[in-house]
Amino acid sequence: MIEIKDLHKSYHMGSNSLHVLKGINFNVKEGELVSIMGSSGSGKSTLLNILGMLDEADEGQYILDGVPIKNLNEKIAAKYRNEFLGFIFQSFNLINYKSALDNVSMPLYYKGVKRKERTEKAMHYLEKVGLAQWSHHLPSELSGGQKQRVAIARALASDPKVLLADEPTGALDTKTSYEVMELIQGINDEGKTILVVTHEDDIAHMTKRIVNLKDGLIIDDSPVEQIRASAHV
Amino acid sequence: MFSRDRWDEILEALNANKFRTFLTAFGVFWGITILVLLLALTNGLKNGVTAGFGNFATNSMFMWTQGTSKPYKGLPKGRYFSYKIDDIAAIKSEIPNLKYVSPRNQLGGYNGANNVTRGTKSGAFEIYGDYPEFINQQPLDILQGRFISYSDINAKRKICVIGTGVQKGLYDKDEDVLGTYIKVNGVNFLVVGTFKMSNSQGDGEQDASTIYMPFTTFGQAFNRGENVGWMAITAVDDVSITALKQQVFDLMKFRHKVDPTDDRAIGHFDLSEQFGRINGLFSILSLVGYFVGALVLMSGIIGISNIMLIVVKERTKEIGVRRALGASPWSIKSQILQESLILTILSGMVGISFAALVIWVMNTILDSVGPVDNFANPSVSMEVVFTALIILIVSGVLAGLIPANSATKMKPVDALRIE
Repeated sequence: MIEIKDLHKSYHMGSNSLHVLKGINFNVKEGELVSIMGSSGSGKSTLLNILGMLDEADEGQYILDGVPIKNLNEKIAAKYRNEFLGFIFQSFNLINYKSALDNVSMPLYYKGVKRKERTEKAMHYLEKVGLAQWSHHLPSELSGGQKQRVAIARALASDPKVLLADEPTGALDTKTSYEVMELIQGINDEGKTILVVTHEDDIAHMTKRIVNLKDGLIIDDSPVEQIRASAHV
Repeated sequence: MFSRDRWDEILEALNANKFRTFLTAFGVFWGITILVLLLALTNGLKNGVTAGFGNFATNSMFMWTQGTSKPYKGLPKGRYFSYKIDDIAAIKSEIPNLKYVSPRNQLGGYNGANNVTRGTKSGAFEIYGDYPEFINQQPLDILQGRFISYSDINAKRKICVIGTGVQKGLYDKDEDVLGTYIKVNGVNFLVVGTFKMSNSQGDGEQDASTIYMPFTTFGQAFNRGENVGWMAITAVDDVSITALKQQVFDLMKFRHKVDPTDDRAIGHFDLSEQFGRINGLFSILSLVGYFVGALVLMSGIIGISNIMLIVVKERTKEIGVRRALGASPWSIKSQILQESLILTILSGMVGISFAALVIWVMNTILDSVGPVDNFANPSVSMEVVFTALIILIVSGVLAGLIPANSATKMKPVDALRIE
């Protein structure tokens, strides 16, 4: 699903240049649930941004579902993001003046799906994350866990190939974190490929494979015994 | 471009901060209100001033004779002459593009002595001998009976048409006027009609103290013979009387043996030229109205542009999220543009409506207090409203342009990082 070869990225700030990714090689197969770990500054967020086509690598190859991702203009990048990727953010990033339902249907809106179908699909995904009865509430009326579940529903709405989650539990307490992980595991069980960036060990162990980043290089990449979040809830 | 979804998006965004939306809109609202009001006031001033011309056909001139100032063909200078009735036919046949040529004679006038009596009542009125066409040059509202006709002219009937002022002076209230006789300078005339000035302003009272009678009757009754006191000449609509008048003068000079270079022998008042001068003045005033109004509007537009920039800044993260979800730069740009456009147009429409309301109130007040000097019926034409709308649309786009560009300038990854 994801193939990355010799990926380099550096940031230039004035005369200083910061080499963040120093040659990353890794592959993700369809249906995997991978966590990317590392201390801050290890380059894990940069990697995720490149995977999410929000940023572009300086060097190296990135192939997503057989499509080489390079030299994208913003218009095509937007289209690929819409078709291939679903984003889950640490701070949820829901649009605060839109109801849960409207938030979820937004990727479908940009995909050009008709209103009626859009609402039906969005409602379907809200049901899936267990928030059907909250569909007309604004984000400010939801708890943190509920917000993240709306965000997950939104990421799923356009039926992307890959879900990219950047610290999805970073702003949640332990119990809620596990509930969210349970949901993510459930989605993975249905066959969706998911990448999770985290720095929490317990969360990482709820995935099936842990990739450890340090100073822009992968220092460890090994499958782990998945701990079901439901055991903790 | 304006799908229902887009509408919802825009209205949601504008609703998200109602107070700010209102304040922003107010600038444009105020600008367009001032623009429309300025133009309406200019128009009111114009209406008021041009009403001073009465509603005499504006493409006209009045022409009379003055003493000659040069000797010519053995005739001395300082000679007085008079137009004759056959001059009219000559002018009509030799000079094309004239619509009406009316000879006129006059008795009485400002501060004249009493010249009309009826029983024990008397009054000083202006008395004119006229042709039937005259009513086309000076529109009158016939209230009762009729105006002069050609059979009156031919038969030299002793009839007259009197103004409401005359009626007030010589008759009791509710007294029948038609069929009665009044005595003008000792000659009895049958009253066949009454009139008032059509939508008169200012001089209405004086104009209505007027008596019209057939030109031929006048000449005979008051010893004018073939003489014509003065003429009112109107040109056809698409030819200016100013361009034609010299031909008329030349013809008259030729017929009355006046030196062609003697410019003082013929006096005239060119209504068209005067009217044109005043129209020119008001065109400039309108231009000033547009200019000042547009400047005020511009500060409103800058306000919108400013707020949209702040909105874009505040929504940087939201824009980042939208782009992560697959919004293309153009869809972000066009949304910002459309937001500013809708804000401008909506507030502009409210501004135009509000200005219309103010104009209506002004007119109502003017109606209730009666005519005011040099000001009447402030109004704007649909043309002005459409111009204002076009200005609004253009400025709405202009206001959104810079913010729309700045919205997509930042890379999505940077936009998302902003807290």
